[in-house]
Amino acid sequence: MTSRWTRKDLLGLRELSADEINFVLETTDAFKQVGTREIKKVPALRGKTLVNFFVEPSTRTRTSFELAAFRLSADVINIAATTSSLTKGETLKDTARNLEALHADIIVLRHSSAGASQFLANRLKASVINAGDGAHEHPTQALLDLYTIRERRGKIAGLHVAIIGDILFSRVARSNIFGLLKLGARVTLVGPSTLVPREFEKLGVEVSHKIEDILPNADVVNLLRIQHERQRREYFPGLGEYIRLFGLTKQRAKLLKPECLIMHPGPINRGVEIDSEIADGLQSVILDQVTNGLAVRMAVLYLCGGIAS
Amino acid sequence: MKPKQNSAASVPIMDAEAIRRALRRIAHEIIEGNPKLESIVLAGIPSRGVEIARRIGTFISEIEKAQVETGVIDVAMHRDDVGTRKELPVVRASKLPVPLEDRTVIIVDDVLYTGRTVRAAMDAINSFGRPARIQLAVLIDRGHRELPIRPDYVGKNLPTATREQIQVRLQESDDEPDGVYLEKQ
Repeated sequence: MTSRWTRKDLLGLRELSADEINFVLETTDAFKQVGTREIKKVPALRGKTLVNFFVEPSTRTRTSFELAAFRLSADVINIAATTSSLTKGETLKDTARNLEALHADIIVLRHSSAGASQFLANRLKASVINAGDGAHEHPTQALLDLYTIRERRGKIAGLHVAIIGDILFSRVARSNIFGLLKLGARVTLVGPSTLVPREFEKLGVEVSHKIEDILPNADVVNLLRIQHERQRREYFPGLGEYIRLFGLTKQRAKLLKPECLIMHPGPINRGVEIDSEIADGLQSVILDQVTNGLAVRMAVLYLCGGIAS
Repeated sequence: MKPKQNSAASVPIMDAEAIRRALRRIAHEIIEGNPKLESIVLAGIPSRGVEIARRIGTFISEIEKAQVETGVIDVAMHRDDVGTRKELPVVRASKLPVPLEDRTVIIVDDVLYTGRTVRAAMDAINSFGRPARIQLAVLIDRGHRELPIRPDYVGKNLPTATREQIQVRLQESDDEPDGVYLEKQ
């Protein structure tokens, strides 16, 4: 394993080496421990300013970054698209330059365009953390998924991970695919052919359109949220049909191995991708993912924000 | 020892037996200075401080037939130089028994130099609670303090020049025979 971290930005898992991913996971162990202390705050980023710059709506990711920054003693400003000058026609670059003029040290960016965080990182001295850019990547979500799997199963290499659902436009799926493959997992994507085209096989994953074939031999199932607000008719047959063919119902969950983990990045559509009872069941690690997300984001902010600029 | 550059001369300072005797003496001094042994927590700073704390703990239990608790205190997130380095080393998870109230925490490290690591360790310990007292045990005190910090237990005082380096090697953490070396650049 590498023993040093040298990146100021976290833009995606595609460009990270397996060593670097493991480095973040190991650092996360240390920050998870901080959450159990009497005083859950460390001075690591004291005096640094973090800007949560969310051009797409998000509550849980933004809150998780915000709390992570507080726990590291950084100061936090939240800017949402509706309150920013973007609606007045300011370009992303101009907004970012203004943030830098305020001496922001770390910019956490959520944006609807793929590559937006790369665009900023290339132009700014500040650290840029990608909190989701279009259908491209959502690296901290994948890191917290990897961390949760490693924590529960003790390893990632050799495990069979099924990612189920709305994959075509999913940055969570893409980041997970890169991370899981680099750490030696076997990945199967499951969903209707419109949302999980065979094209994905080029990335080194398997593709299945029949969930019953995959559930019995999966070590982890990661259910992605059906983004029904984004669906267009030509990709998506309708919720009823989706549930009938791909929903993790109580009946289907019986096919799973008893030690198989059930994951979901949230927010859950109860009764759509997963039955309520299964989401709250013993195999579900959905709330562990939330707790671990905080620790992963502390680790990422510490590592990227702690590098000399 | 790892391969050295030609310009660097490496002088052996302590061998395995000298280290063993020094840590055994520190164990005796800790017992002498702390009548309530059960209140002690030996908190090692990664990586070699953890191993030294373990060895001191073993000596104490051999001498007094009493177990003392050992823990790990990582200081990386409490350091005062975050944001000034081009690369960051890995942070280890701290592990201390809680609550620390009424306990004596003894910070254990291999080399005491500027004192900044110890300051960070005290800061970290305070986030776990408020111990009755904090003490400091080091294998080597090489001088050059930048903060008002002094050790309670010292294996060896070794006056050095700032351009010199102290290398401590321990079998468990370095996979090399125990030894302390002074390296002149």
